[in-house]
Amino acid sequence: MDFTRAAVRLAVRDAIRTLGSSKDGNCVLSALESLKPYLGEALPREKEEFARLHFSPLLRCLVTKLSPDWLELLPGDQLEELWASFFLEGPADQAFLVLMEAIEGAAGPSYRLMKLVRLLEQFLHAGRMAVLIGTQCRQQAPPGSSLLQDTLLGKVVSLPDHLSNRLQHESPALFLPQSYFPLLAEELLRALDSVVDALRGGVDCSVVFASQVLGKICVHGRQKELLGVLVPRLAALAQEDGLWQRVCWHLVERVPDRAMEAMLLGLVQAAPGPEALSRLLGNVVLKNKKAHFVMTQKLLFLQHRCTTPMLQSLLGYLASDSQRRPLLLQVLKELLETWGSSSAVKHVPLPQQHHVGKAILVCLAHLQETELQDSHEVLLTSMMAGVQSHLDSSLTPVRRLGMVVAEVLSARLHPEGPPLKFQYEEDELTRELLALVAPQPVDGGPAASGLSAESVATETSGNESGDTGTSPVQPERSDSDLDSDDEFVPYDMSGDKELRSSKAPVYIRDCLEALRTSEDWERWEAALRALEGLVYRSPAATREVSVELAQVLLHLEEKTCVVGFEGLRRGALVTVTVTDPARVAEYLAAQFYALNYSLRQRLDILEVLTLAAQELSRPGRSSTASLQSPAVPAGQGTRTLPASPPSGEPPADWRAVVEERVRSKTRRLSQCPFKPPPACGPNEFCAVAGCFFFPLIQRFDRPLVTFDLLGNDHLVLGQLTRTLGSLMYLAVNTTVAVPMAKALLGFVWALRFHTDTYVRQGLLSAMASVLLSVPAERLLEELLEELLEARAWLADVAEEDPDGDCRALAVRALLLTEKLRDPLLPRPP
Amino acid sequence: MATPSLPPPDPQFVLRGTQAAIHALHFCRGTPAQGHPLLLSGSMSGLVHIWSLQTRRALATLDGHRGQCVTWLQMLPHGHQLLSQGRDLRLCLWDLVEGRHTVTDSVLLTNVSFCRSAVLAGAQPRWMLAVPGRGTEEVEILEMPSKTSVCTLKPEAGAKPGMPMCLKLWQQADSSSRPCLLAGYEDGSVALWDVSERKVCSRMTCHPEPVMALDFDSQKARGVSGSAEKALAVWSLDEQQALKACRNYELTNPGIADITIRPDRKLLATAGWDHRVRLFHWRTMKPLAVLDFHTSAVHCVAFASDGLLAAGSGDQRISVWSLYRRT
Repeated sequence: MDFTRAAVRLAVRDAIRTLGSSKDGNCVLSALESLKPYLGEALPREKEEFARLHFSPLLRCLVTKLSPDWLELLPGDQLEELWASFFLEGPADQAFLVLMEAIEGAAGPSYRLMKLVRLLEQFLHAGRMAVLIGTQCRQQAPPGSSLLQDTLLGKVVSLPDHLSNRLQHESPALFLPQSYFPLLAEELLRALDSVVDALRGGVDCSVVFASQVLGKICVHGRQKELLGVLVPRLAALAQEDGLWQRVCWHLVERVPDRAMEAMLLGLVQAAPGPEALSRLLGNVVLKNKKAHFVMTQKLLFLQHRCTTPMLQSLLGYLASDSQRRPLLLQVLKELLETWGSSSAVKHVPLPQQHHVGKAILVCLAHLQETELQDSHEVLLTSMMAGVQSHLDSSLTPVRRLGMVVAEVLSARLHPEGPPLKFQYEEDELTRELLALVAPQPVDGGPAASGLSAESVATETSGNESGDTGTSPVQPERSDSDLDSDDEFVPYDMSGDKELRSSKAPVYIRDCLEALRTSEDWERWEAALRALEGLVYRSPAATREVSVELAQVLLHLEEKTCVVGFEGLRRGALVTVTVTDPARVAEYLAAQFYALNYSLRQRLDILEVLTLAAQELSRPGRSSTASLQSPAVPAGQGTRTLPASPPSGEPPADWRAVVEERVRSKTRRLSQCPFKPPPACGPNEFCAVAGCFFFPLIQRFDRPLVTFDLLGNDHLVLGQLTRTLGSLMYLAVNTTVAVPMAKALLGFVWALRFHTDTYVRQGLLSAMASVLLSVPAERLLEELLEELLEARAWLADVAEEDPDGDCRALAVRALLLTEKLRDPLLPRPP
Repeated sequence: MATPSLPPPDPQFVLRGTQAAIHALHFCRGTPAQGHPLLLSGSMSGLVHIWSLQTRRALATLDGHRGQCVTWLQMLPHGHQLLSQGRDLRLCLWDLVEGRHTVTDSVLLTNVSFCRSAVLAGAQPRWMLAVPGRGTEEVEILEMPSKTSVCTLKPEAGAKPGMPMCLKLWQQADSSSRPCLLAGYEDGSVALWDVSERKVCSRMTCHPEPVMALDFDSQKARGVSGSAEKALAVWSLDEQQALKACRNYELTNPGIADITIRPDRKLLATAGWDHRVRLFHWRTMKPLAVLDFHTSAVHCVAFASDGLLAAGSGDQRISVWSLYRRT
């Protein structure tokens, strides 16, 4: 024993001395070659001794010798190859550590650094990393070695960081994270392969080191690069081989707790489906507390970055084993509790709510009827509460989400009963949600199933087209008479319109009478359809009965089914308001706060006022007022206006004709094409803006028996703030804008902490319209204090509001306030 | 496609002077002496007018229905005999030979209904007549001129199709040449009766509303029906004598009062409650024209053998159209 030790020590000391002093290539060569056997052919005991004590010093010595002169002691690359072989063939862990140490210790870019880096590249390409990890796994960890392992771990995982610290921009592509971690994944697989082989051979192994590597990489945020390679391969191997599967489970379970979350997130992201995930993870949720927390709580409730496939993988994983199924039910209950909580509906951002909704639907798709029936009561209670709080929300997406989830849930809870059915417009989101309810195909990765399905589909479609390509034509052709259609040229059929039997009234008063008293529904409908045109044609007659007309229209009910009734009624009301703005607007605004109106009517009033104000403020309206139908704002597609202008001699036509003639006879010398000047004229809204605005803003804080703006009716309040904002915006360039802005700022200030998102959005847009329509000087002169207060509030909202739209609006408003400063600053020369 | 479509056509001429809404129209060959076809019209006031299409004047007026509306007119192929049905519950057989205008025979109907009768007559002196029967749901088949009742077609016990609304008698084209009856009922169904066996071969619900009119092309074994709603239904008969829906054609306005296929089976005309006559290409059901002339509901349309089209309306006018005629 002692003899071998002494012999090895002697040999190494001799060699190191020769290396240190000799300038003769052959001497160096022979010294190195004398040590070479300790890497391969020597007795095991000698090898062990060499590796334990002498290998690292030798390598360090070799590193220090590295210089161009030294390498050129012998012709060719002989010496360099020999030099490198010590690093590549000796114990991988020590070689790696010495290399890293040397690279870190090298000062600045130098010949030695370049050589070392190239050597490290060779080291990686030669698969030494797999050997390193495999060795660490096979070692029955001696108690003192944890320090070594920690160091190794750190170096292996942060190799790209170390190298780029040292090499700056010259770091080779291999050491960039996007190529290093996939390589590391390959190496890890190879190491695991050796572990599996060893286990087959009956050798005891532990995968702790591999788990630590895996965990640490995930903590460093490189899940995508690593697991993208690792997961598909591991999943495939685990499917084929039971031993691999057990190794996988151990690998996952041994990951340190602090890295568990990062790793699980990465696995859920990378797993191609619940089956694969289940094969990789085993029952880690049941064995590890942290994993349990992450999988059942954190990913579902505390964040919302899971995409739909991730949710399906995650919940499918919970569903795919009988031991884990109780967890799924538990998760569903908790999800429903969250979904149903009214405070969550109010305060949680929309994407998170979607996330919870999606998770509920995926859970439902996985659970069986019997399992649901067991906790029927609890689920039903949460559902009822949830429906209530979702339908109360003033945001359409939230309501829609509530409806979809409730429909699906009730269909599952009461499969026999009459289905719960809401009316909602389908959009991308609801379709996505509903698609989740359909059970997923039980298959391996979606890639495989997708491929096969596709190929099948193309085959069948090919067959179909082949078989039936000609058949649809045949029956037609086989018809005995072969008359061509040429002799049957159709006549113009554009006159084929729906027939209206009763005649439309011609005078406003007739119209009013018909709307008020007529029991003849055709006449009533004709009157409704004719009203807007009549009002345009005879403004004077309208003014005589305008308030009366507005009253009738406001109370009009759809007694028979009339297509586009709402649009017709609103269109008529808007025209009446435009024709006689002062009186009608005042009447409508007063009615807004009157008793005994439905919410629908109050919302209508607001909408009509906005549309009328928009029409009045349209530039160039006065010249063409009598013949143009009012501008239809975007999103008001339901309005049906008469397609052609009301009959009568259109006075603008002749002007257009004359201008056209003048243009054709005029020669223009300038290059730019002639553009008609933009229509301009005084803002007609100016005179009546106050009638629209002030009655609306005055009484919002006085609750009525049936109408409490500051209480439950926050939908109307939200609409009111929007209307006030629009009116403010439309009152641009008017004198009344400043007092309006003052009142509006006060209103916004009073409501700034409103809990409802919809209202807050309205307030922010009102704020923006104040900033847009009042001239900067006036704002700074007369409203400075209010403005400063509002600015502080906006800054708050921009940072802290839970709703994304609110934050965006606040940022926009803040930008507008910034722009106010511009004219004050001295202009750059 | 580039060529603009033709403007809507105008009638060739208009016959006025009945002083009552027109409810029945029928073209017939004139006598060799007259040379020109005649048009027969039945009006609300119970008169049947015989119009010359050459002079465009009424040649004669027949008064046989005691002031009650005339709903159906049909010439028999042999001899100059005219059948007219009126709301006075009588079917009159007129003799028009050599300028005579006398009622030679009449059949008393027992049941007030909207149903027009139907005739199946070949060259033989004996012919077959289908009339609404004694019970509200029945159709009676008579052999004429003896007026003997051949059979009564009663729907089976379970079915409640309501009153028959329109009838069409035809003979199968094959060697058996068995008489068949197509009947449209009040519940919107169309039934095919085998007259000799007195049973329903097939029944199909074509419309949600009562069937108001139907016509059938026995060569192509394809028929069309219209009802009080906004759609025309096209259906066909397969070899097993079963009715099969082909397609539904949507109209702009509800209500079809009459449907006729042109004798050369190329065009289909419908009389609409919306004052309009619509023309379709019968094989493809491509809409060809909308004839907007009348100011009241059109009650009846008829084609002459040379392709002339006549439409009678509640506005007391008969419009005559010359469209898509082979020149």
